[in-house]
Amino acid sequence: MTLALKHEQMTGHPERGVHVVVRNTDRVFESKQGEVIALSNVNLEAKPGEFLVIVGPSGCGKSTLLRMIAGLDQPTNGSIELLAPEGKHATNSMVFHGRTLFPWLTLRGNVAYGPKMHGVNAAEAYERADELLELVGLRGFERSWPHQISEGMRQRVSLARALATDPDLLLMDEPFGALDEQTRYILQEELLRIWGDSGKTVLFVTHSIEEALMLGDRVLVMTARPGHIAREVSVPFGRPRTLTEIRANPAFAPLFQEIWSTLREEVERGGAFS
Amino acid sequence: MNRRSTELFLTIAGPALLLLVWEVLSRLEVISPFYWPAPSKLWGTAVEMFRDRGLWSDITASLWRIFAGFVIGTVPGVLLGLAMGLWWPVRIFFMPLASAIYAIPKIAILPLVIIAFGIGELSKIMIVAISIFFMIALSTMSGVLAIDDQFHDVATNLGANRWQMIVTVALPGSLPAIFTGMRLALGFALIVIVGTEFLAAKEGIGFVIWQNYQILRIKEMFVGLIITGLMGWAMNLALDVVERYAIPWRSQ
Repeated sequence: MTLALKHEQMTGHPERGVHVVVRNTDRVFESKQGEVIALSNVNLEAKPGEFLVIVGPSGCGKSTLLRMIAGLDQPTNGSIELLAPEGKHATNSMVFHGRTLFPWLTLRGNVAYGPKMHGVNAAEAYERADELLELVGLRGFERSWPHQISEGMRQRVSLARALATDPDLLLMDEPFGALDEQTRYILQEELLRIWGDSGKTVLFVTHSIEEALMLGDRVLVMTARPGHIAREVSVPFGRPRTLTEIRANPAFAPLFQEIWSTLREEVERGGAFS
Repeated sequence: MNRRSTELFLTIAGPALLLLVWEVLSRLEVISPFYWPAPSKLWGTAVEMFRDRGLWSDITASLWRIFAGFVIGTVPGVLLGLAMGLWWPVRIFFMPLASAIYAIPKIAILPLVIIAFGIGELSKIMIVAISIFFMIALSTMSGVLAIDDQFHDVATNLGANRWQMIVTVALPGSLPAIFTGMRLALGFALIVIVGTEFLAAKEGIGFVIWQNYQILRIKEMFVGLIITGLMGWAMNLALDVVERYAIPWRSQ
């Protein structure tokens, strides 16, 4: 049932995802204390249809990077390009960090928001919203308000809302950061199921190494102050994956160690002891 | 007694005690029964005023002035408040004006309002509208400013243009603050309309109070006072109902 829906919703074309190219990008914020260099010389590339994870300590500028890729912020230097196939306009949706469902809209209203802003008529937008709510396992909650449901359910709705405009690029800013461990595992697996063969390019930001290895095709390790990409790790695990499988995989521990040793240096230098 | 029945008891006890003390003191003529008629004697007066002296049309006259003034003041007040919240030049331009006019006792501008709008109904409606206008605007503005910036990002990311942002984020996001302003404004509207009717009206609940005071019909004056209190209470209840419909995400 949900598989059939998925195809209807996302019309899975493996070649449809966006090619993201970030070149020599800096972001400098002006503050009263002077300039703060949030990002320095960031270079990255996400291939069409790739699930790319950026892992890094708090305050390393991951969110800033994502906001710039979404077009919500502009780089101080460098360039950010979203290249869609056949020269069509590349679309993106972001799953934001924290509580960002509109409290004044029902779950259905939240998910239908994007399509409505794009000129889809209300009836069709609500129909699409209901299908997406079913896809993320929230059938029967269409008329609930965001404050009436759990944090895990809210993140499902956020995902459904981002998918509703059928974007070529999905940007996710620590979407599962505030969830308890069990709920996080379930949502990670659901995200992979929904992403499936949709062909969408995903840029996923997290501070959890395990989450990065669970989800990504590739993992970029970011360091803080100023943020830049310190290391790139290819994830060898096949798909579909489950957390138990990848944890049991002999490649898991060395990869975890590789990423952690890079991060640890950074956290000790800049974050945890400042 | 559990908490709920204690609450109910205490709620009723305050007014009941006041009425009882008043009744006893008046009957024992500790206070003058002419100037402080016992509450039990007011009932008959009230019935008679409703039946023979058109008290009902005084009530509806006042309610209509408040309602019309409320609508005329609230709608542009919300629009100005949205603009002040959304664009800083508008905010800075109107802020000194709003703060200064906000501080003037509104009844003081009654002569000006009469000069501008005549001595008819319009001036009574307009003084209510003018009194609440900046109050609503300032509440709306603070509501807009309190909206989390993230919602702006979310709406932009999902394709909202400027106009859609105002209608789908700024307006619903500031509705709770708008209603806080309206609740405040309702009290002000009642004060202003009673004052206005003291001075410049031929009907209305304020007129009933003042008229009867001047010819020393003290019982009738008290009935007018009590009706005024009940009107305030009823208008608040009505606003509660409207609020439940306007802000359904808050009321559950």
